[in-house]
Amino acid sequence: MSTVRNVELASAEIPTGFAAFRCNLRRWRVPLSILALCLLPWVLPSQALAVNVLIYGLVAVGYNLLFGYTGLLSFGHAAFFGAGAYTTGIAIGAFGANWFVAMIAGVAVAGLLSVVMGILAIRTRGIYFSMVTLALSQLVYYTALQASSWTGGENGLRGFTVSTLTFPGFSINFLDPLVKYYAIMVVVALALWFVSRVLNSPFGAVIEAIRENETRARACGYNVERTKLLSFVLSGLLCGLAGTLSAMHLSIVPLDSLHYHTSGLIVMMTLLGGAGSFFGPFVGALAFLSMEDVFSLWTSNWQLIVGVIFILFVLYLPKGIWGTLISWRANR
Amino acid sequence: MTRSFEKLTSRSISRRTALIGLATTAGALSAPWIARAQSDTIRIGFPTPLTGPFAAEANDQVRSAELAVKLVNDKGGIGGRKVELLVRDDKLNAGEAATRTLELIEKDKVHAVVGALSSAVQLAVNEVTRARNVIYVSISQSDTINEVKDFSPYTFHEALNPTMTTATVAKHTFQKGSRVVYLVADYAYGHEMLKGFKRAAEEIGAETVGEILHPFGAADYSTFIPTILSLSPDILCICNFGRDQANSIKQAVDFGVKDQMKIVVPVLLHNQRLAVDPEVFEGVVGGANYYWGLEETIPSAKAFNDAFRAAYNGAVPTDYGAYGYTGVASLLMAIEAAGGTDSDKVIAAFEALKYDVAKGEQYYRKCDHQSVQSVLVLESKAKADMQSDADLFKVVANEPASESVLRSCSELGFN
Amino acid sequence: MTVQLIAMQLFSGLALGAILIMVALGLSIIFGMLGIVNFAHGALFMVGAYAGLYVASLTGSFWLALVLAPVLVGVFGMLIERFLIRPLYGRSPDDPLLLTFGLGYVLVEAVRIVFGTDGIPFSTPAALRGVVDLGIGFFPLYRLFVVGVVLVVLLLLWWGLEKTKFGLIVRAGSADPLILRVLGVDIGRLWLIVFGIGVGVTALGGVLAAPMRNVSPEMGTLVLAEAFVVTVIGGMGSLAGAVIAGLLVGIAVSMTALFAPEMATIVMFALMALVLLVRPNGLYGRAAPGL
Repeated sequence: MSTVRNVELASAEIPTGFAAFRCNLRRWRVPLSILALCLLPWVLPSQALAVNVLIYGLVAVGYNLLFGYTGLLSFGHAAFFGAGAYTTGIAIGAFGANWFVAMIAGVAVAGLLSVVMGILAIRTRGIYFSMVTLALSQLVYYTALQASSWTGGENGLRGFTVSTLTFPGFSINFLDPLVKYYAIMVVVALALWFVSRVLNSPFGAVIEAIRENETRARACGYNVERTKLLSFVLSGLLCGLAGTLSAMHLSIVPLDSLHYHTSGLIVMMTLLGGAGSFFGPFVGALAFLSMEDVFSLWTSNWQLIVGVIFILFVLYLPKGIWGTLISWRANR
Repeated sequence: MTRSFEKLTSRSISRRTALIGLATTAGALSAPWIARAQSDTIRIGFPTPLTGPFAAEANDQVRSAELAVKLVNDKGGIGGRKVELLVRDDKLNAGEAATRTLELIEKDKVHAVVGALSSAVQLAVNEVTRARNVIYVSISQSDTINEVKDFSPYTFHEALNPTMTTATVAKHTFQKGSRVVYLVADYAYGHEMLKGFKRAAEEIGAETVGEILHPFGAADYSTFIPTILSLSPDILCICNFGRDQANSIKQAVDFGVKDQMKIVVPVLLHNQRLAVDPEVFEGVVGGANYYWGLEETIPSAKAFNDAFRAAYNGAVPTDYGAYGYTGVASLLMAIEAAGGTDSDKVIAAFEALKYDVAKGEQYYRKCDHQSVQSVLVLESKAKADMQSDADLFKVVANEPASESVLRSCSELGFN
Repeated sequence: MTVQLIAMQLFSGLALGAILIMVALGLSIIFGMLGIVNFAHGALFMVGAYAGLYVASLTGSFWLALVLAPVLVGVFGMLIERFLIRPLYGRSPDDPLLLTFGLGYVLVEAVRIVFGTDGIPFSTPAALRGVVDLGIGFFPLYRLFVVGVVLVVLLLLWWGLEKTKFGLIVRAGSADPLILRVLGVDIGRLWLIVFGIGVGVTALGGVLAAPMRNVSPEMGTLVLAEAFVVTVIGGMGSLAGAVIAGLLVGIAVSMTALFAPEMATIVMFALMALVLLVRPNGLYGRAAPGL
């Protein structure tokens, strides 16, 4: 059913022996991705934009684990992104926590939320799954809106600016745009490495099996519900991590981070880049944010152009930019 | 085996090629940005919501701001340097606004920022500018930014805040013994308006008989109106903004509310009034920072209007548009007085500044950097009384600038 | 808190429910018969309102707008189905959802370009102005009119589905499209017409809402959320479910407004989450139809 998006599995053959290790490019995808990311701030018009690409790229990669690889369309991942961001901001601002502790707290809270939402949502199938995730994340949104003494409500969370990152022995100036970029890139690189490991593991194979044919996977003896939940939680953790980075980058947490518009944005970026491929979501985030940046300088109707491009992609290039590139080369 | 080897290596080379190709293309596309020259102009960043429901107000602000810059440049600039306005679309989104402000400061190297329409956006921009010691003139109405928590010595608030507008409007509509019901949008700005009105009501001796909160952005108010009618107040005070204001007034009028009570709002907006029929708003009283009709009594208003008409084909500036003008104009005056863009000198110049650019004399209070200025009370005209398409309101009162309508410094947390 | 007030609140809850039903019907029809989640639903509602505005300004008649605008937008809907959605049949069921999501943005922006970004006044037609004394309170005549129109539309739909040959084919198509094709029915044309009807009903909702709510390019965003809540609670694919859910939500929102008005929107989503957790297919729903 969803084989259209799955590019890497379709053309993969597992070679054996020492040659396999050298030739299997999949093992190089993390270093190559990191190399590309290193070049990014020199290639984009501004470092702030580059940091946003990093952050949203990470969100999309995390989301892709659930959407592209497991085949579940969730419309509520903004909840985890926002939860991570708000927790970090509140930890630093209200409790005076160290930035590292605040980040851990942010990821933990996002993970916890994803466990709760996952347990509730996995019970449903297909379109209802998407609707339940949408409804639950809107509940989180309205709760954050009401709890304004903690979250700042409509005005967003402020007052937790991180200007230096202190490590044992040294500290770095976080206000310098390039330094900030590379610091965040280190975290994103680690996350990418983690995702690559997950995808290469047996778990990675099982989630793709579930996407291709859930009944058959169940018949093979895999605990489908538990696997789906694990995939949901992992993607929630990654989105939460991206949220913590976003909070530290912008020094604010806007309420919109929790809204379904943000969830929709994440879906659009993942699709644009190539769901079901490793680096695709990053390309999608880069493409989307750059388009937005460039088009909004030319016209205030940039949403029209981006919307039309998205529609064209769904119709003609459902594998996304990166996915299509890969499959062109593979089918040569 | 060998075929799969080739297939894999050929795929690997092409993936690398694709990566390099991508990077090169991106580099080629962005070359003009990297090669941006640093000239000697005075650069002012102007984030504003060109996309979204307030695009009309945003465009008014841009036109007025550009007019202010043009008038200064026509006189030769400041100390021989031309002024440049860098307009950016913040999409009414706090996250976008923060990114745009970071870009303006880091990439475009602006000397100051003016702007923001919504309270959330204003606070986001403020957070970014204060960490980097950049001058910011905010033109968004909010009580929150006056408080000590969000204070920055580099930020100056040109716009009115809810305390000022509600106190002034209450003075001209509430009376001792008036029964008042409040319909309030349940978000920060709505609560600020409510608080301001109740504070003024207490002083005047008006009675609060009901407080009804509605969800921010609600489209349907039919479930709140029966309660309002059952309380039989003298005044219905609607504390919301923008489309909410237009919708709630329209639906209240549908239910016949205006036959039984007077409708009062904290801020009457030019563009919202144009979005509904004159009959809907007729008789509604509210506050404003500026109305072009001031030109009959205030000379600087006439000068502003004439310059605007000359530059924009006979059009007149709106209330929110005027903020773009007064914000940028006062900033440029402060830069001139400071003899340059050095932030500390500009702060000192701002604190000493007395300016009259569009509506009478204004100055910035030292403790919270709030612009002390006149507040207008307007009443929406009936269609029959309108002498032109822009003749929307009647000026009921023009309260002169006074610190008495502001919250005291200690109330805000300063000592 | 008098009995009179509670009665009035209940009544306005029912009336609000009727509006919600109107808003959700189009979405329910399209999902029920075609299995497509139309994320452009809110945008089409808004387009309907603007179409009504345009026709009314050209002809000067609200009644003409009420009839013509839904037809025009319905035809536009058929074009969308033919050229944008039909290529997606047979692919992943998420694809039409994603495409309509992008379409929503495009429509809103297109309207902004053509009609401007400001709200445009739409007066209540003269014949329907004023309030009616219901005994328990005053209620706008126009809202009663809207409730009436909704009832008529529901009756027409019920009659069309249950009593006509075309309705029989539509119901068969939603139950098992494959067998229907085997029996020789052109399912492509069937779906084209049904999509057009769904969009037309949505547009009618937009025209009806225009005198009550501000006509602006953003008016569809909240509508989309409301429509989803009602459709999902009722059960996607069930018209009876949509009706009951609409009334349920209308009354829930209305009674919440009496005690805790600021929670009105939360109550909608909480109700939706609750229903889905207890009955994952909604009150009367079944699993998604379509290929």
